[in-house]
Amino acid sequence: MQFFSRRKKLIGNSQTEQLYGHCLQFYGQPPIENISLSEFETFAVERLKLLKTVENLGVSYVRTSEQYTKKLDAEFSNLNFPYKIEADDRKPQTGPSEFEKRRKDHISHFILRLAYCQTEDLRRWFIQQEIDLFRYRFKHLHPKNQSEFLHRNNLHYHTISVEEKNNLMDKLINSRFAVSGTTVDYQDFYKVPFQDALDLVRTRKVYLKGGYVYIPHQDIVTIVLNDFRTRLSKALALTARSLPAVQSDERLQPLLNHLSHAYVGQDYSIQKSIGKISLEQIDPLSAKSYPLCMRQLHRGLRDSHHLRHGGRMQYGLFLKGIGLTLDQALQFWRSEFVKGKVDADKFDKAYAYSIRHMFGKEGKRTDYTPYSCMKVILSNPPSQGDQHGCPFRHSDPELLKQKLQSYKVSPSGISQILELVKGMHYQLACQKYFELTHSIEDSGFSLNHPNQYFMESQKLLGGPGAGVKVEVKREDNPATKPPNPSPHQTPGPGNLPQEVEAEITEDLDSFFQDA
Amino acid sequence: MPVADYDQASLPDLLPLYYRRLFPFSQYYRWLNYGGVTKNYFQNREFSFTLKDDIYVRYQSFSTQNELEKEMQKMNPYKIDVGAVYSHRPNQHNTVKSGSFQALEKELVFDIDMTDYDDVRSCCSAADICPKCWTLMTIAIRILDRALRDDFGFRHCLWVYSGRRGVHCWVCDEAARKLSVAARSAVSEYLSLVKGGEETVRKVVLSDPIHPFINESLKVVEHYFPQYAVVGQDILGSKEAADKVLALVPEDVRKELLQYFQTEKNPEKRWGRLKTLVQNKRTTAKGHYFEKEIMLQYCYPRLDVNVSKGVNHLLKSPFSVHPKTGRISVPIDLRELDRFDPFDVPTISLICEELDRPKTAEEEEEKEDTDENEREAGERRKRRDYKQTSLAKYVKLFDQFLEGMARSWKGEHLKKSDLQKDF
Repeated sequence: MQFFSRRKKLIGNSQTEQLYGHCLQFYGQPPIENISLSEFETFAVERLKLLKTVENLGVSYVRTSEQYTKKLDAEFSNLNFPYKIEADDRKPQTGPSEFEKRRKDHISHFILRLAYCQTEDLRRWFIQQEIDLFRYRFKHLHPKNQSEFLHRNNLHYHTISVEEKNNLMDKLINSRFAVSGTTVDYQDFYKVPFQDALDLVRTRKVYLKGGYVYIPHQDIVTIVLNDFRTRLSKALALTARSLPAVQSDERLQPLLNHLSHAYVGQDYSIQKSIGKISLEQIDPLSAKSYPLCMRQLHRGLRDSHHLRHGGRMQYGLFLKGIGLTLDQALQFWRSEFVKGKVDADKFDKAYAYSIRHMFGKEGKRTDYTPYSCMKVILSNPPSQGDQHGCPFRHSDPELLKQKLQSYKVSPSGISQILELVKGMHYQLACQKYFELTHSIEDSGFSLNHPNQYFMESQKLLGGPGAGVKVEVKREDNPATKPPNPSPHQTPGPGNLPQEVEAEITEDLDSFFQDA
Repeated sequence: MPVADYDQASLPDLLPLYYRRLFPFSQYYRWLNYGGVTKNYFQNREFSFTLKDDIYVRYQSFSTQNELEKEMQKMNPYKIDVGAVYSHRPNQHNTVKSGSFQALEKELVFDIDMTDYDDVRSCCSAADICPKCWTLMTIAIRILDRALRDDFGFRHCLWVYSGRRGVHCWVCDEAARKLSVAARSAVSEYLSLVKGGEETVRKVVLSDPIHPFINESLKVVEHYFPQYAVVGQDILGSKEAADKVLALVPEDVRKELLQYFQTEKNPEKRWGRLKTLVQNKRTTAKGHYFEKEIMLQYCYPRLDVNVSKGVNHLLKSPFSVHPKTGRISVPIDLRELDRFDPFDVPTISLICEELDRPKTAEEEEEKEDTDENEREAGERRKRRDYKQTSLAKYVKLFDQFLEGMARSWKGEHLKKSDLQKDF
C-alpha cells in the first residue's frame, strides 16, 4: 500500500543515508516505504504523546531550565525518539536502534501532518510544538553536529573572516547585550540576509549592514528555526490540499480524525466506583469535585430543567464516567426534565433512548467514552443557548471572571486563570481552578480529562468517586458485553453517522489505552 | 509662488491641461514597467483615482502607456494612488476565482507626516508647516535614507514631497518590492524609536548597549538639534515648553535644573547645563542617556508602520496633484536637501500659467533640437511641454533616478537571456 504517491523516488542506501544519517532533520522528504497499519498507528500516537509532553513542559517550566531538560530527556527515552548523537554513535544495548528511532521520527512527523493540517488551530498547535521540539534537539547538539546539520541541509550561512570580525568588533559588541569581545573572538559569525532573521532585525538585536545581519554561532538557532517554521507552514498548506485524496482511504480517515482530537491516555469508560455515587450526592459533588465545564452543565440543567443535545452528551457521558448506572442516569435525567416542559411520556419516547444509547444498550451497543478535554475544546463549539464546551475556551473572559467570582475564587487566582486563558492554555487554566478550589499548591497531575479531574478531586477529599484503577482492555471486561449479543440492528432514527463513529471509536479507543 | 494663487475650484480647468501637456507619462511608465524584466508588471499594477466630488475608484489597471494616458486624460483624477502589482489585472479582479487574486509585490514605502510631531513642535500644528518645522523632515530623510542604504543595502530610494505636510519614500529595489508583510513590518520596527501615544510621557528609552543604528541616527540629530530645537523651537524658553522637557529627566536632575532656570534664561546655556548634569550621572555602571532621549523624542522620524507594512497599501503617486494646496508631488534632490523649500514647489496653477508664457530664446532653441528627434508631429508639443515650466527640474531628477535603476534592469535582462541561452 502506498500512502504518499505524490513523489517518485528511488529507494537506495544513499537515500536512507541522506534521510537518517543525522539524528535531526527538516522533514523535507516524505517517507516512501510501505508500513503496516499498526506501525502507522503506533508511530502517530507516540509522537503525539511526545508533542503533548513538549507542550505541557513548555508551559510549566522555563525552557532552558534543568527540570525541563531532564523531563523531556526522559520522555524521549521512554518513547524511543532520537535526541542526541551518542558519543561514538555506538548501537545501544537494548531497545530499538538509532536507525529505527530516526525512521520513527521521520514517519511519525509526516503522519501527524496529515492529522493536523486541516484547520488553522490545529496547524498552529502542531507547528508550535514541532518548533519547540526542534529547538530543543538542535540546541542539545554538539556545535560540530550543528554545523554538520546546516551543511547537510544546504544552509550555507556564510561565515565571515577573522579580519572582518576584527573590523566590525565594536559594532558587533554594541549590537547585542549577549555579545562580548570574547564572543567575537571565539565564535564564528555568520552573515545572513536580513529577510531570514526578521525577529532579530525587528528588535534590533543584531548588527545589520548592507542588507545582511551578523550573527554569532550561539544565535544561529533562531535563524534555523525561522527557516523550519516557514518550511513547515508551507508544507502543511500543501498537505491540506492533498488531504482529500488521503481521506478517501477508509483505513486512514477515522484514525486521522481521531488523532487530531486524540486523548492519549485513560478513557474513563468504566469505573470501579460504579454504583457508588447516589443521586443525592450529585449536587454537592458538582460544587466540590466537578470541573468547571460540568459544573456549568449541571447548573444549566438544574436551572432550566433541560439541556440540548451537545450538553446531554458531554454531561451524560461524564456521569457515566463517574459511576452512575444506567438506571440512575435515567432517573436523574427524567426527574429533571419532568420539572420542565417535558412530561414523563415524552421523556421516555424522546430522551430515554439516547441515554440508553450512551450506555451501549441500544443500536450497535457501543459503549461511548466520556469526552476528553481535547475533544471538548476542539469539537462542536457551543452556540447560542448551548451549555456545553469548555468554559475556559468558549466563554467570554468577562463572563468567565464573573462566574469564578461567584464561585468564590480569589482575585489573584482569577487573574492567573485569565492569563492562562489568554495564552490559550485552557487545560492548565482548569488545573489552576482545581488547585484554587482545593486550596493546594500543585495539583500533581496533568489535566486531560474531566473525569480525571473528578477522580483526582475525590482522591483528595476521600470521597466515593475516587475509584482505584480504570479497566483497560474493554474486550476483556464482561460488563460491556450485553448478555446476549444481538445481531447488528438497524440504527436508531437519524443516528447513522454516530453509529459509524462509535464503531471506529471503539476500535481505536482500545488501542489508545495505556497498557 | 504664493499658494494664494491656487484655487481648488479651478482644478477642473487645470487638470485637463496638466494631464494633456505636463504629466511626464513616458518617465512614469518607464518607472512602473521596471525595464520589462517581469512580464505584465505594469499591466497588473493597481492604481486608484479620486475624481471630482470625492468619487473614489479602485482596481484601475492599464495595458500600455498609451492606455494610461488616455484614461487619465479622460477621467482627470484629482488624486492618483499607486498600489501593488497583483497576480492578475486589477480591473479584472472580479472575474478571478476568489482567493486567487493576490497582491504580489510593491515598493517598500514610508510616509512621514508632520502632524505626528504635534506634541514636539511649537511653531505649527495639524496641517500647517513652516520653514522652522520643516527641518524635522530634513532630519527624517537623512536618518532613514542612510539606514535604508547602509543598513539594509537598498540602493534606489525615491523621496517625494507629499504636497502638503510630509514626505514619502519609495524603495524601488527588486528585493524591496518582493518583501513580505512580516519583513516590511520588521524593517519599520527596526527604524522606529519613538513609541507611545498621548498617555506616554517618555517616548524614547535607551539602554546599553546602544545599537550602531541608534548611534548613527544620533549623529544626524545632534547636528541639527541646537539650531532647530533649542533656538528655533525654543524648547527651553517658555516655562510651559521647558516643563515638557524637564518631564523627561529624573527627579534630582529636574530639581537642580528648575533652580538653575530661575536665574539662567538663555536656552543654549540651559541645554548645556542639562547635558552636563545628565552626563555626570552617567559615570555609574548603568547607562543613562536622558539627553540623547530628549533629542530623539524631539527630532527622530516618526513613521506610520501601517503604511509600510501592507503589500497592498495604496500611496499617493509621485507627480500627483495635492487638491488642497495645488502642489505637485515632486521628487526631492538629496544632494540639495538642506535647501529644499516646500513653499517653492510648483503648484499646478503655476505650471499651467508657465505653459502659455512666451518662450525665451533658449527654450525655443532647445525645443527645436528635440523636435527633430520626434517621430510623430502631434507628439512634439505634448512630450516636451513640461520643459518650459518649473516642473522641468523635477522631471530631470526623476530621469536620473530611473537611469540609476536602468542599469540594474539591464543586468537582469542579461541574466535572463543567458539562462535561455539567448545570445
